[in-house]
Amino acid sequence: MDVKDIIKEENLVYSKTKLLTDNIMHYCPGCTHGVVHKVLAEVIDELGLQEKTIGVAPVGCSVLAYNYIDIDWHEAAHGRAPALATAINRLYPDKYVFTYQGDGDLASIGTAEIIHACNRGENILVIFINNGIYGMTGGQMAPTTLIDMPTSTTPYGRKTEFNGHPLKITDIIAQLPGTCYVTRQSGHAPAAVRKLKKAITKAFENTGKKKGTSFIEVVSTCNSGWKLSPVKANEWMVEHMFPFYPLGDLKDE
Amino acid sequence: MAKVRGAIVVDVEKCKGCGLCVVACPSKVIELAREVNAKGYNYAYMANPEACTGCVNCALVCPDTVITVYRVKTEAEA
Amino acid sequence: MAELRLMKGNEAIAEAAIRCGCDGYFGYPITPQSEVLETLMARKPWEETGMVVLQAESEIAAINMVYGGAGCGKKVMTSSSSPGISLKQEGITYIAGAELPCLIVNVVRGGPGLGTIQPAQSDYFQAVKGGGHGDYKLIVLAPASVQEMYDYVDLGFELAFKYRNPVMILSDGIIGQMMEKVQIGPYKPRMTDEEIVAKYGSWATTGKTPNRQRNIITSLDLDPNRQEQFNLKLQCKYKEIEEKEVRFEKIACDDAEYLLVAYGSSSRICQKVVDLAREKEIKVGLLRPITLFPYPTKAIQAMLGHLKGILAVEMSTGQMVEDVRLAVEGKVAVEHYGRMGGAIPTPQDVLKALEEKIIKG
Repeated sequence: MDVKDIIKEENLVYSKTKLLTDNIMHYCPGCTHGVVHKVLAEVIDELGLQEKTIGVAPVGCSVLAYNYIDIDWHEAAHGRAPALATAINRLYPDKYVFTYQGDGDLASIGTAEIIHACNRGENILVIFINNGIYGMTGGQMAPTTLIDMPTSTTPYGRKTEFNGHPLKITDIIAQLPGTCYVTRQSGHAPAAVRKLKKAITKAFENTGKKKGTSFIEVVSTCNSGWKLSPVKANEWMVEHMFPFYPLGDLKDE
Repeated sequence: MAKVRGAIVVDVEKCKGCGLCVVACPSKVIELAREVNAKGYNYAYMANPEACTGCVNCALVCPDTVITVYRVKTEAEA
Repeated sequence: MAELRLMKGNEAIAEAAIRCGCDGYFGYPITPQSEVLETLMARKPWEETGMVVLQAESEIAAINMVYGGAGCGKKVMTSSSSPGISLKQEGITYIAGAELPCLIVNVVRGGPGLGTIQPAQSDYFQAVKGGGHGDYKLIVLAPASVQEMYDYVDLGFELAFKYRNPVMILSDGIIGQMMEKVQIGPYKPRMTDEEIVAKYGSWATTGKTPNRQRNIITSLDLDPNRQEQFNLKLQCKYKEIEEKEVRFEKIACDDAEYLLVAYGSSSRICQKVVDLAREKEIKVGLLRPITLFPYPTKAIQAMLGHLKGILAVEMSTGQMVEDVRLAVEGKVAVEHYGRMGGAIPTPQDVLKALEEKIIKG
C-alpha cells in the first residue's frame, strides 16, 4: 500500500487541535512547554470548555503562552498568577481558571501567592513547569535547581551551603488542605504525555466539581539552559531530575 | 491477516528538528533530513515509511505539534 | 431616599463601594485604613449585592487580585496606606500598562519606611508622578471630607472605566479616621456581563465566544515600534484627561492677592486660614485641587494677574509645591509650608508662614 493511499481524511488518527493557534511557538526546539501547551489545548477542546476557560500566563518563557492557545488570557506579573486567578475565580465562579507558571515564577518570587491560593483552596488549576532553571533570562539558578547543577549564576554548580537546597514545593503544596489533587508528571515520552493528559483532564473535571485547587507539576527540560540537545536533555532529566522529583500522584481526594 | 499501516505528515516549515520524534518512534520510521527548511532546521521525515504503524507516539511528544498521523488496517501484503 | 449617617472616612469608602455596585474588594490590613476591610467584612455585601470581599495574603497579592478582577471587566478595588501602597506599585504599573480600570485608595501615613501611623501627605509624588516603573499616570482624586471619601468611590469608578485607567483616591489618616455626617446614596446595581460589554466593549477575559477573537490582557509588547506607539497612545489618553477632567474648588479667590494652594486635610486647615487672614484684612484665597492628576494648572495661571504670592500647604516637605511652581513659571513667589511625620499644622501656623514667607518676603 502506498503512503499516499494511507494519507486520507478517513484514516486520520491524530492532528493538531483547533484550539492551538497556527502561530509558530517561540520556544527552543524540543522545549517541554510546547508539549504541555498542546496537551492543555487538547483537553480544553475535548471537554468543550473554550468559552469557559480563562488562562493566566506567567513571566518567563511562557509569558507568551497567550499566543498559542485560543482562549481568553490574562498575563500576570512575575509570580502573581495565583492572585489573579483567585480574583477571576471568585468573580466568575463557574469559569475554569488555570495558571501556567514556571519554577522561578511559582516557587521563588511567587511562593506566597501560590501557597496562599492553594491554602484557600481556590477552585483553580495550577500547571507548574519545573525545569530547574530560569529559561527566559538566560539559564540562572532556580529554587528547584538540583545540587551541583551548573547554571549561569551557579557556574560551579549549586552548593547547599551557599545556595540552599532545591525546593520540593509540590510536596509542600500537597500538605495544604485546600488542594484536592497534587501530582507530578512529565512529557518526555509518549506514555508520559498520555499520563499528563489524563492528569490535566482530571484537574479540569475537579474544577467543574468545585473541589478546590488542582496542582500539576510537570518535570521538564530546558535544553538550551542545560546546554544539551533535546534528546540528551530528556535523558538527563530521567537520570537526574526524576530521582529527586519522582513522578506520580502526591494527593488525589 | 490484517496489518496496520500508518503514515505521518510533517509540517516541514514549522518543524524545528528537535529529534524527539525520532527517539519516540518504536519502529525507527523517522529521521532528520539532510536538507533544512527555511529556518535552517533539519526537519523530520519518514525515512522508513513501510515500518510506520500510525501509533501516534511521534505526534504526542512533538513540542510544536507539526505531525499529523494516519492509520489504516490492510490485508497483509506479500 | 437620601439618608444621613455619621461615619468614619474609611467606613464611608466601604459603604460607597457596596452601594455603587463594586464587584470586588481585595485588601490587606494596615493602619490607618483597616476599617475599610473590617467594615466590608462586617457588612457581608456578598449576601446583599454579590460583591466579593477577600483579605489577601499581602498588599502585593491584593493589587494583583485587583489586576485579575479588572481584567475580567469587573469593578474592583483595593485600599491601603503608604507602606502598603509602595508594595502595590508593581501591580499598579501593570494595570496602567494593560489599560484596566480599577480604584485604589491610599489613606496616607507619614514616611519614609515604616514612618508613623499618623497622617501625612507625603505620597503625592508617588501618586501623581508615577510610583511604579514606566511612563504612566493615575487619575488622582483628593477628598477633603468624609462625604467626599464616599462620593469619590463612585466618581473614581466612572473615570476608571471611562478611560480604562487606574484611579487613586489620595486621602490621609485624618480623613480616614475622622467621623462626619455623610449623605448616603441609593444602591446602584452591579453591572451584568452584558451591560459591561454594551457600555465598554468586549475587551475583558470573560471566556472566548465564537463571535470574537480571544481577549488577551497584557502589558507586554516586545516590538519596539509597537511599544512606542502604545506609549504615545497612553500619552494621548493622559492629555485628554488633562483637558476634560480637571476638578478643583476656589474659595475667596476673586479678589485674592495671596493664594493658598492645598488639597485634602490641609485644605480644610487652609479654609480657616482664609477666615483668619480676612479678619486681619489680608486678601487671601484658597485653591483646592480635587484632581491632583490632572492638576488644575490653568486655574492657577488664570489668577496670576491679581496674585502677589502663593503658599502651598502640605503635610510633607514640599511635593505638590513643584506643580504649583510649574504652573506659575516664576511669575510670582511660590513658597511651601508643611509639617511632617504625623504633625498637623494649625491655621495660626499657616497664617504665620504666609505672612513671613510671602507677605513680608
